[in-house]
Amino acid sequence: METLERLLLGHEFLAGIDPALGRRLVGCARNLRFAPGEYLFREGGPADEFYLIREGRVALELHAPARPPIVIESLGGGEMVGASWLVPPYRWGFDARATADTRVFGLDAHCLRGKCDADHHLGYEMMRRLLPVMVRRMQAARQQMLDVYGHPPA
Amino acid sequence: MSAAPPAALADPMLPAPWRVRAVRRETADVVTLDLVPLASGVPCFAPGQFNMIYAYGVGEVPVSLSGDPADRSCFVHTVRAVGEVSAAIAGAAPGSVLGLRGPFGSAWPVDAAAGHDLLIVAGGLGLAPLRPAIYRVLARSERFGRIAVLYGGRGPAELLFRDELAVWGARADVTVAVTVDHADPSWHGHVGVVPALIGQIGFDPPNTVALLCGPEVMLRFTATALRAAGVAAERIHLSMERNMKCAIGLCGHCQFGPDFVCQDGPVLRYDRIAARLAVREI
Repeated sequence: METLERLLLGHEFLAGIDPALGRRLVGCARNLRFAPGEYLFREGGPADEFYLIREGRVALELHAPARPPIVIESLGGGEMVGASWLVPPYRWGFDARATADTRVFGLDAHCLRGKCDADHHLGYEMMRRLLPVMVRRMQAARQQMLDVYGHPPA
Repeated sequence: MSAAPPAALADPMLPAPWRVRAVRRETADVVTLDLVPLASGVPCFAPGQFNMIYAYGVGEVPVSLSGDPADRSCFVHTVRAVGEVSAAIAGAAPGSVLGLRGPFGSAWPVDAAAGHDLLIVAGGLGLAPLRPAIYRVLARSERFGRIAVLYGGRGPAELLFRDELAVWGARADVTVAVTVDHADPSWHGHVGVVPALIGQIGFDPPNTVALLCGPEVMLRFTATALRAAGVAAERIHLSMERNMKCAIGLCGHCQFGPDFVCQDGPVLRYDRIAARLAVREI
């Protein structure tokens, strides 16, 4: 447990967190490993775990009929995967597939939400860390939507 | 504001005939042409400069030089077939003749970047105007600190110079990171926008020079990300694109505030133009 605590609190997402707050997360966390091609989760499935990537590579994919899946973003070590665990109805909005040997911390979403509800300092700390990532990804998605490398309209 | 036209050009408005020596297809709509002059030697050029290329009877457009400045056997241009003129140039067969004026414009500050970490950030076709700078940098990489080439494209099939990216990426003295906006699962590289690569590269922001070329939206977001990382605005250099016609600062078509992009640019310093990039009417 001591090792898990040290490793978890050393993750980039939790960098600089008050150790007393960080320690409260340890009880929700477990180590997971995904082989290339294995899914962390699938679209529509229950968002019951929050993932922090330790090392490896994860592709976020969307599926559409009659065409191959589209990779919309790839994430690596030090990054977090998904926020659907925080937003009702707690269902994933895309697939997450390991594209390399990938090690992650999985934080149980029920446990995490419970602790954030019970301790608003912890909840605020988590929001402060999640929101910049979500804003950065939203801005990136908007840039991708612009299709800036495509042909300008005639 | 106006500098004298290149000394080698007796009449900078008169296109000289150049023969297409070779054509290489890069992507579905992008080709690279090797051009040799019919009546003179190949002039020197500085990385970042461009030529005006004339498809006889169709029209003339500015196209950046994309070859090695140390190679004096030909001019190399990488052209995407977008409009009528660029499609005519991109469709030129080996042996055919195009008109050419130049080289024109400002250059990447490659020599001034010596002693610094160097980030070369390209988006889409923007890798072509940066390639001469990459050749020059890699020819004497010991002059620089850490060197990184960050490249973003629409998708894997639209990436330019893939073989060279692999060669550069295999070198110990340069880091190459490539990303695409979208891909299918057969792509094992990074998916996301170019600014997202900046955080994945080790460099010393206060001692970094950045060279940026690509669509203007990508330039704005990349420059913002570099500033947030701590790179000084005066050390960020962008290649701008505007409607260049005369290429010698006479006609004003490419005016960008107080600058003529054809003459004061295309390579401009970010601290000088950052405020203007936010003005939609320019």
